[in-house]
Parts: sequence; structure tokens; C-alpha cells
Amino acid sequence: MKRKLICTLVGAAVMSLAAGQSFAQKAPAVKLSGDMVKIGVLTDMSGVYSDLGGQGSVTAAQMAVDDFKAQAKPSWKIELVYADHQNKADVGSNKAREWYDTQGVDMITDALNSAVALAVSKVTLEKKRMLIDTGAASTRLTNEDCSPNTVHYVYDTYALANGPGKAVTKQGKDSWFFLTADYAFGHSLEKDTSDAVKASGGKVVGAVRHPLNASDFSSFLLQAQSSKAKVVGLANAGGDTINSIKAANEFGLTKNQTIVGLLTTIIDIHALGLPTTQGMMFTEGFYWNLNNDTREWSRRFFGKHKKMPSMLHAGTYSAVMTYLKAVQATGTDEADAVMKHLKSTTINDMFAKGGKVRADGRMVHDMYLVEVKKPAESKEPWDYYNIKAVIPASEAFQPMSLSRCPLVKK
Amino acid sequence: MSRSAIGYGILLALMLVAPAVVYPVLVMKILCFALFACAFNLLIGYTGLLSFGHAVFLGTAGYVAGHSIKVWGFPPELGLIAAALAAAGLGWVIGSLAIRRSGIYFAMITLALAQMMYFFFLQAPFTGGEDGLQDVPRGKLLGFIDLADDYNLYYFVLAIFVFAFWLIHRTIHSPFGQVLKAIRENEARAISLGYDVAKYKLLAFVLSAGLAGLAGATKTLVFRFATLTDAHWHTSGEVVLMTLLGGMGTVFGPVVGAATIVTLQNELADKVGSLVTVIMGVIFVVCVLAFRRGIVGELGALYKRMTGRR
Repeated sequence: MKRKLICTLVGAAVMSLAAGQSFAQKAPAVKLSGDMVKIGVLTDMSGVYSDLGGQGSVTAAQMAVDDFKAQAKPSWKIELVYADHQNKADVGSNKAREWYDTQGVDMITDALNSAVALAVSKVTLEKKRMLIDTGAASTRLTNEDCSPNTVHYVYDTYALANGPGKAVTKQGKDSWFFLTADYAFGHSLEKDTSDAVKASGGKVVGAVRHPLNASDFSSFLLQAQSSKAKVVGLANAGGDTINSIKAANEFGLTKNQTIVGLLTTIIDIHALGLPTTQGMMFTEGFYWNLNNDTREWSRRFFGKHKKMPSMLHAGTYSAVMTYLKAVQATGTDEADAVMKHLKSTTINDMFAKGGKVRADGRMVHDMYLVEVKKPAESKEPWDYYNIKAVIPASEAFQPMSLSRCPLVKK
Repeated sequence: MSRSAIGYGILLALMLVAPAVVYPVLVMKILCFALFACAFNLLIGYTGLLSFGHAVFLGTAGYVAGHSIKVWGFPPELGLIAAALAAAGLGWVIGSLAIRRSGIYFAMITLALAQMMYFFFLQAPFTGGEDGLQDVPRGKLLGFIDLADDYNLYYFVLAIFVFAFWLIHRTIHSPFGQVLKAIRENEARAISLGYDVAKYKLLAFVLSAGLAGLAGATKTLVFRFATLTDAHWHTSGEVVLMTLLGGMGTVFGPVVGAATIVTLQNELADKVGSLVTVIMGVIFVVCVLAFRRGIVGELGALYKRMTGRR
């Protein structure tokens, strides 16, 4: 009786040892803080950017986690948390701090709104974690305020300004007039675009400044109309862009001139409708109807979110997926190691083809110059764009030679 | 008197051990907004002046503290003092214009001047526009206490709060405070009694602006940045909400109101998602309809009823 028991015990011990060994051989040992990977989606869920990121970003991140679990079958746990930063830098930074300090969050993503993004980037550096920003537009994230722990993933104002500046000008629309929101953001959009226009052989015939949140654009648009420029560039954002597009349509500006939005997304087009926006041109980092991969993913996303993805949503999916793959490859969630891996690999998925993370933290990938279809050309809901040009990754973003980031060795 | 002293002692003891239980950065944020709301309450609760542009003092001081510490290399304590003085100075300018009118006109003048400053901050190069003034170092207090440590900073912020709270408490219970209350109750009568009402109002306004500035500067030190949100009229509205919710014209009301709002903003952020603003709105409506005296005001009234003191 006793012997039998000992035999069983020894047998069980041997078995478990063997099982443990075979397990250890199958997957490389993964060392994780808090025994899991925790990802935080910090976004605006109630304010002006909630359609651009918001709940859609959370859905996209969750899809990435689910897909990764299904594909890679990791032996470790992945958890997703999210918060609404209400477009307040103090709420965002406080939440990020709390996540890092008390909840063991390893990586934060989305972080739209430049003030929030910059604040969270500082906290992230202090706490030695990771920020993969898919939402903010400011180039400061990869220039003056660049950080070894931050990746800027989807777009920035340089890419949005530079793309149309070059590509539209090269298509023969070579004289530009700007409608610029009168503060730093608008000025930098105008300057970046003007530089690209001039470098491509075009000319800038004038510009008019309007105050932030202007309600009446008629006098500004009349100036734009009388300038006879072939292109009217809108160096503004949000409600100002929407109002200027509406007014431009009412004034019949669109008959002879092309409107180029410098911060316009599919969300704006969907809100304004094709009759108002037809013929507009701008740059996007992603379009759902680009190829089979994007269509397949976007339809799945549509099934959950009931809206087609913006470039932020697709970017957030890609960022979370890329991050999880990097954790698996390096066997750790320690920021330095994961970052090193990210900067040495090429990102290939439905969002980015041949995407690369540069030393300054900028993820470079192809951008697309799109033209809004006429209502008659649109065959199905959300069928909005004709792709006019693909701006290759090497040209789309600010060249490293112009970088003001201290991490870049020149 | 001794009973209230014991009460204050217990509260202070609770505040001293709070960071062991609650996340210190959150408590610091609550203290900053509590101070802001207390400063605001000094005006609306005790002088009867509704300033609808008080965020401008919070924001200005935030920028002044951030810029002086980051660019000019001021030590933190000097940065805070400079910022509070700047806010008080701005308070003197805005106040001397605004107190010439009363009621809704007073509120509109403060709002208009605050919006002017907001657009100045949006355009001025040193504020970083909507990117904000980022990466302000916390520095070393008096040259040897490292404020980068959350706990050191917590006790520094607590000391600032206790000092400012004591100052407000002292002001309210001084003869000067009595005159302010007289102005609130019946301005014409205060004039007829020979008080120079304009001077008293202006002094209260400057004091309130300076203390709001101290709150803004402390906030910059805690979060290491100053952004446009602090100077936006939303923040001016928020402080009205905090004060009304906690109890206008009570000493502790603004503290309770600020703690409630900030905690809700923070705790609801990752629980209800997009409903945060809706919930805030509902709370405000319920408060205005059902608890006109605010949380502390209602509790105080209840206490009086229970003990039979009328």
C-alpha cells in the first residue's frame, strides 16, 4: 500500500517534470512584469475627436489582442484597459501615471490630442514603459520632445502637409492659396505645405489667417476665390475645416478650384457627405477600400463598430499587433528591449507595408493622396476615395536630416 | 472652538497618511483644485461676486510657473511665488475693470477678459499653443528636497494647501471678511455705513486671483506641464460646479466639491467611457434642483436640525 503510494508520487513527479520540460522547450521563456502584458488605450471618448479615435480605437485594440491570441497562442496573459482622457492633459497624464504605477500597464496607445500625447510621453519616459502614439498630430513628438520610449505610428502634420504639397503640385495644380487657422498649429501646417509646394516647382499666391473657431468664413473664402489660385489649402482642423468646406461649397469655389484639406479624414467626409466634399484632395494613412487585406480587416471592424475605420483605428490595431509580436520575439515586456526590436524590424500588415521605426521614434510607411469621389461614382456606403498617388514612406515623412531630435546622430 | 480644532486636527492627520492609501498624484490634483475652488468661493460665497473667468488665473500662473522654472531656471518655491504674484497682478487689472459693474455684467466682463487671455496663450510662442508647455522640471525645494519623488512633493503640496486654506479661513473670520459678507448681503447698506465697497471688492478679487494662481502653479509642478485646458472657459465653469456641489459660502464646501468632481473625472474615465460628461451634467442638475446648499451646506443644515439649534 505504502509502496504503491510512493510509486504513484514518484511517477507523478517525473511526469510533471517531463511535462514541464517539454513545455519549456516549446515556447521560449517569457519574462513579464506582473506576469502579463497590459495595454492601455488612452483616448477621447466624449469630445471632438471621439469619432476619429474613441471607442473605435478600443475595438481595434481588442481585435488585435484577440487575433494575436488566435494566431500566436501565447502562453502569457494579455489584458486591455482603456480610459477617456476628456481632452485634458492633466486627466490623461494622471491616468497614465496611475496605470504605470498601480496597474502595471506596459504600453499605452492611441493618445490622440497633442497636449495629452506630449504629457503622456514624458510620464512614459520617466516610468520606463512604452507609448505607441497612433492619434496625435504634432511633429514635436519626434523632434524637440522625442523620447527613446515613444513611437509615433500613424501620421503627423508634416506628412499631411507635405504629401499634398508635393503630389498635388506635380499634377499641374501648381498655384496655392492658404486658409490658415491663426495659431502655431495652423502656421506650421501652412509652412510645411508651402515648402513642399515650392520644392515641387509650384508657387504660393497668398494666404489669409482666420481666428480659431471662426463662425463666418465668407470673407476669407472670397479672398481665396479672387486669388485665382488653382488650389485652396485648408490649414486648419476640426470644426474650422468642416465650416470652411461647407462655405466653400456654398460659394461655388469648388467649380474652378481644388480644395485640399491638410487635416481631413474619412470621418469628416462621412459627416459632410459626398455632394459637399466631392473633388477635395488630402492625404490619408489608410483607406479601407485599398486592397483585399484592408477590406477584409475593415469589414470585420465594421461588423463590431458599425462604422468603417479611420486611419487611427487601423493604426491602433497594427500598433498593438506589432507590439505583441515584439514582446513574443524578445521574450520580455521590458521597454528598452522591445523598442530595440521594433527599431530593427520591418512592419508588414494590412496597415503598413514595409513600415520602419526610425531612431527618432517616427514609424514611416506609405501615405495616400486621395480625391473624394463624385456622388455618382460611389458604388456603396463608405466608397469615398479615388487614390491619386501613393506617397512612398521615404518621402512621406520629415527626412532625418531635418530632425531636431537629440536622439538622432548626425 | 476646541471641538473644531480637534476636527481640523483629525482632518490634517488623515491628509498626512492619505498617500499610503490613495494614489498620491490624484490627491495632489484634488488639493490643487480644492485650493482653486476655495479661492473662487472667497469671491462668490463671501463677497457675492460671480467671476466666470477664474480659469485665467489658474492658467496664467501655470504658464508663469512653468516658464520661469523651465526656461529661467527658477527654483520651485520662487516659481510658485512669481506665478501667484503674476496672477494677483492680473487679478488687479481684471478686477479693477470688472468691479465697476455687478451681476451678469460682472460675469460677462470677467469671461471676456479671460477669453482674451486664452487667445493670447493660444498664440504666444512660449506656451507651445495647443501642444502645451511641456516637460517642466519639478526641481529641488530649497535646494535639497528632491520633488521628483511623489511623496516629497505630496507633503510640499499639502503644506501649500494648508497655508492657503488657513489664509482663507483667517480672511473670512476677520473684520475684513465681515465687511465682505456685509457687501454680499446688502451692498447699498455697506456703502451707507461708510465702507469703500469698491476697494474691498477689489482686494477680495486680487486675493482670490492670487490664490487661484497659487493653485495653478502648484498644478504645473505636480503634472510638469501647463496646457490651454487650464485657461479655457470650461475650467471656469468647472470651478463653479465644484463650489455649488460642495456648498457655496461654506469653508469646506469647495474642498468636498473639488474632491468629488476630480475623483469622478478620474475614476469614471476608464469605467463608463463616453458617459463621463453626461454623468457630470446629471449631477449638476440634481444638485441645483435638490441640494441647493450643496453637500456640506445640506449636511450642516441636517446637523443643526438634529441638535435642535436653529
